[in-house]
Amino acid sequence: MNNYHLTHLKELEAESIYVIREVVAQFENPVLLFSGGKDSIVCYHLARKAFYPASVPFPLMHIDTGHNFDELYEFRDQLIKETNGNLIIESVQKSIDEGKVVEEKGINSSRNKLQTTTLLDGIEKHQFDCAMGGARRDEEKARAKERFFSHRDEFGQWNPKNQRPELWNIFNGKKNFGEHFRAFPISNWTEMDIWQYIMLEDIKIPSLYFSHTRNCFERKGVVMAKTDFIETLPNEKVKKMQVRFRTIGDATCTGATVSSADSLEKIIAEVAASRITERGGRADDKRSEAAMEDRKKEGYF
Amino acid sequence: MSTEYLNMDLLRFTTAGSVDDGKSTLIGRLLYDSKSIFKDQMEAIETVSAKKGEERVNLALLTDGLRAEREQGITIDVAYRYFATPKRKFIIADTPGHIQYTRNMVTGASTANLALILVDARKGIVEQTKRHSFIASLLGIPHIIYCINKMDLVNYKQDKFIEIKKELANFSSKLTTTDVNFIPVSALIGDNIVNRSSTMDWYQGGTLLHLLENIHIASDYNLIDCRFPVQQVIRPQKTNFHDFRGYAGRVSSGVLKKGDDVVVLPSGFQSKIKSILNFDKELEEVFAPMSATITLEDDLDVSRGDMIVRPNNQPKSTQEIELMICWMGEKPLLEKGKYAVKHTTKEVRAIVKEILYKVNINTLHRNPKNKEINCNDIARISIRVTQPLFIDKYSKNRSTGSLILIDENTNSTVGAGMII
Repeated sequence: MNNYHLTHLKELEAESIYVIREVVAQFENPVLLFSGGKDSIVCYHLARKAFYPASVPFPLMHIDTGHNFDELYEFRDQLIKETNGNLIIESVQKSIDEGKVVEEKGINSSRNKLQTTTLLDGIEKHQFDCAMGGARRDEEKARAKERFFSHRDEFGQWNPKNQRPELWNIFNGKKNFGEHFRAFPISNWTEMDIWQYIMLEDIKIPSLYFSHTRNCFERKGVVMAKTDFIETLPNEKVKKMQVRFRTIGDATCTGATVSSADSLEKIIAEVAASRITERGGRADDKRSEAAMEDRKKEGYF
Repeated sequence: MSTEYLNMDLLRFTTAGSVDDGKSTLIGRLLYDSKSIFKDQMEAIETVSAKKGEERVNLALLTDGLRAEREQGITIDVAYRYFATPKRKFIIADTPGHIQYTRNMVTGASTANLALILVDARKGIVEQTKRHSFIASLLGIPHIIYCINKMDLVNYKQDKFIEIKKELANFSSKLTTTDVNFIPVSALIGDNIVNRSSTMDWYQGGTLLHLLENIHIASDYNLIDCRFPVQQVIRPQKTNFHDFRGYAGRVSSGVLKKGDDVVVLPSGFQSKIKSILNFDKELEEVFAPMSATITLEDDLDVSRGDMIVRPNNQPKSTQEIELMICWMGEKPLLEKGKYAVKHTTKEVRAIVKEILYKVNINTLHRNPKNKEINCNDIARISIRVTQPLFIDKYSKNRSTGSLILIDENTNSTVGAGMII
């Protein structure tokens, strides 16, 4: 008899494809939130697999803070072109210009929190009834309690104390008018799974993930890239450093890692040896112990 | 480079214990000793433990994710944890011991291959131990590990372990779980979790991690009864795939091979499998729990909710179903009540015909006179559904044997059903 045995990556892939197909089956107008980071790239890859040879039957939506790295924009546009995808861009700058949100002030200001408004507005504007995202439960302790299908009320809020039980792989996407869902197809993946899968499937990712030289400075023990969007204090010296990014978010709150890992093999080895979580460099999570939970309750992705 | 990960498999397990038996500490210990806790996570809980004036670093803080949980020192909801060794990746569904215990444990157990049940060595079997064992067995979990915890508080005495083990073995023989294991541990000190205990020489078995890494799970999936519920029909509408019509789904059980004779339910039309696709690759066969897209030799009318099976091995097609139900609704289960039902990829409506009996989950006693089924109760009921479902017994097939009930007013999931 054959060895009917799936590796963990193949089992995760099968599960995620199943979840994405359930979203398309249960909702009328879903969308995939796409940041250009590795997790959303993997989600998009899985979506393409799920419907092949048909096209991906939903658009991608980028909530653009306007504070992203140039490499990210280039990568995003190239990927969409190559795969013939349908990309919607909603801009935080526009929400600021329209007076819907007020830009944070001060040295640690970030547009991370403002994204929530732009996201909820985008969902309403395009009448999306389910927004898929590449959040993983291993990222953060509030996310560890997320469902695959996560119900949001008419204000887009998450109620962690009253979530629907999720049994076997039967997903309940029923909702009332005005409510929507978030769905997280790669809930069960870890950072390591993502990297191994990118390697296994030969998935293209932005050059920011690989070691490169750029102008950086240190703040509270975190290495930050010097960009036009971030002011440095007098004692913060900008110098050329060899770094890479473990996560890619807004340039104002994403820390870099000093690293010489310039290939996937080296990145995997580095992640395996690392003693700090990838969100360890995320200033947005360090605001308080429950920073993520609070943002999620408001509707953050 | 190391390519070990290309051979790793996946074990999903659930943990259950009663209040204060050290479950969170055990998980914390497992993650900590297997080096799955990162420096920043450790620093964060060290800070909080110190702030609270606790003597040791409280490993339980690792698993309590929500603000309310940390404030009240309790676990509210199922939390998922991840760790990996070079052999296996593990997904832990960590379920709370007291609040909504049944609802949460059933949820965590529904996707698990293994249940880890904690027993306090000082107290032995308590009501909750029986309850957890019963739920694990009801949910068809193939493997149970009983961790006899807090051995340090009974001076690591072998007699104590043997006494509890005997009692547990006796009790679990009434259940359907066949693979039952026992380990004496101290989660607080770290004995027999990842590292062998130096204080329990009398214990010859493996550590908890060793057992978790080596338990044989390859045969946990039903690879005999071929069931392929159709999730979606793939019609590309592209010139190069003009006539392509594929059926996308995840294999519930069994193996499907190219060239196999198949029958599509409910139509009963027969055909052969023409091709099996995983993205742009053609496969010779697919098996549970893989996702794939299948094409058939003939043009048939197939849609979501249909099931592709083998002609000589078909599920039961019926509108009358008997099941064990774990109730999760705030309002009680109503006899003659109407609910929405989801079963594989099919959605129908159901009327509850009869509540046959309620199970006392501590004694397993069946009470046919008690028909008041509230949240966290377990009962045997019969339902009639609006269209035939293609079902198997839950004990044979966890996928085609399970269904959920949904309250049509609130849209909440209110019941987890296991078909008898």
